[in-house]
Amino acid sequence: MAARILFPLAVVLAIVAVALIGGSIPFLQPLFSVALLYVTFAIFIFGFMAKVINWARSPVPFRIPTTAGQEYSLPWIKWSKIENPSTTGGVLMRMFFEVFLFRSLFRNMRTDLRSGWLIHSPTKWLWLLALGFHYSFLIIALRHLRLFVHPIPGFVETLDAVDGMFQIGIPPLYLTDITILLAVSGLLIRRLFLPKVRFISLAADYFPLFLILAIVISGLLMRFVFRVDITAVKALATGIASFHPVVPDGIGAIFFVHLALVCTLIAYFPFSKLMHMGGVFMSPTRNLANISRMIYHENPWRQPPKFHSYEEYEDMYREYMKEAGLPLERE
Amino acid sequence: MYDSGKVIIGLAVFACIFLFPFLYNRGTAAPQPKPSLDTPAIKALSEKKCVENTRFMITTHMQFLNDWRDQALREGNRWYVNSEGKKVWISLQNTCIKCHSNKKEFCDKCHNYAGVEPYCWDCHYDPNGSKL
Repeated sequence: MAARILFPLAVVLAIVAVALIGGSIPFLQPLFSVALLYVTFAIFIFGFMAKVINWARSPVPFRIPTTAGQEYSLPWIKWSKIENPSTTGGVLMRMFFEVFLFRSLFRNMRTDLRSGWLIHSPTKWLWLLALGFHYSFLIIALRHLRLFVHPIPGFVETLDAVDGMFQIGIPPLYLTDITILLAVSGLLIRRLFLPKVRFISLAADYFPLFLILAIVISGLLMRFVFRVDITAVKALATGIASFHPVVPDGIGAIFFVHLALVCTLIAYFPFSKLMHMGGVFMSPTRNLANISRMIYHENPWRQPPKFHSYEEYEDMYREYMKEAGLPLERE
Repeated sequence: MYDSGKVIIGLAVFACIFLFPFLYNRGTAAPQPKPSLDTPAIKALSEKKCVENTRFMITTHMQFLNDWRDQALREGNRWYVNSEGKKVWISLQNTCIKCHSNKKEFCDKCHNYAGVEPYCWDCHYDPNGSKL
C-alpha cells in the first residue's frame, strides 16, 4: 500500500499509543487533559481567525460566481434565481443550500464508458455520505455539551433523548453513532477502492478520515466497553470550560485516548482541508452575486496609463526628423 | 482586509459558537457530585460493600442492572453470584433500593449532573415516595 495511506494511519496509531501511556500515568494526566485542551483550543480559535483574515485580505475585484443556471436576462427568459443569483437574497438562498444541504455535491456526476458510449450520469453517494457524516458530527458535538456546561441547556437534553430514542442497549446507542460510523467508513472506502478517487487522494485526505474514525471508535469503546466515571469526566470538562481546572481520579486511559484524538483534530483544523468550514463562507464562487454586467467593476490594480503623445514624440526626435526631411507638425 | 464588516461579524459568530461553553459557564465550575450513602440500611451494615466493588458499580452499574433485568424477567433467574462467590437476590426494589433508599440523594444526583435519564422508573417506582 502506498505511503500516503500508511503514513497517516501510523500517525493516528502513534497518537493512540502516546495518549494511552500518558493517560495511564496519573501525574501526566493534567498535561494530557487540561494543558492539551487549552493549547489546542487557542490554536484552533486563533489559527481559524488568522486563516479567514488572510483570505479576506485577498482582493476579489471581479464577480466570479459559478453560473449554474440561466443568468438574469430578458423578461421572457426564465431566470434561475438561486443557481445564478444576482441579488443579495438569491445569494443568501444559494449559501443556505450550499451550507446546509451541500447543493454542489448533489450535482455530482460520474462518467463511464458503457458499451462504447461515454455516459455521464448523476451519482448521489458522495452527497449522501457527506451529508450523513456532517450532520451526525454536528449532533454528536452538540450532545457533548452536556459534559461541558452546567446546568444542561434544554436543547441538549432534547437532542440526547431524540438521538437515543430507540433505547438500544444500555447506555443507549445513539442513532448518530451508527450513521457517523457508516458514513465515515463509506467515505474511506470511496477513497480506498474507487481507482479514480484513490489516484488523486493524498495523505492529507486520509488523515482526517482515519482520525475521525479513531475518534468514533474510541468514543464507542469508552461508552460500551472500557467504561469511565462520567461524573469525573464532566467535572474535568466543566472545570476547563470555567477556568477552574481539576483532574479527578478514576478516569480511565481510554478517555485520554479519545481526548488526544479530538484535540489532534481540532489543532490540525486551521492548517488543513477541514478549513472548508470557514472556506465555504469565504468562497467567491458561491458568495458573490452575478452582477458582472449590471454595474461597473473597476480593476483595483489599475495604474493611470503612461501616454506618449505624438507631440512628445516629435519633441524627442525633432532634430533627427528635420535632418531626414520628415514632415513636422511644429517647426 | 476587504469586506471587513461582514468578515468581522462572521468571525464574531464563529467565536461565540465555539466559546459557548466558556460564555455559558461564566467561570462557575460544577463540582463532581458525591452520591449520599447516608441511609439507615447502609449505616446498619457491618461491612459497607455493594454487590460488586465500588469502581465497577460507579462505571458499569447501568449495564449491570440491565443484565439483572434480563436475568430476572427474561431468563427467570433470580440469583446472582458476585465476584466473591456470594449469592445475591436479583431485584431492584428489594436488593438495590433496600440499601439505597435515597433516590434523590443517590441516583438522581449523578444522573442530573451528567444529563442522564434512565428508564428504570418507567416501570419501577420509588417506594420512598420521591416524585417521579
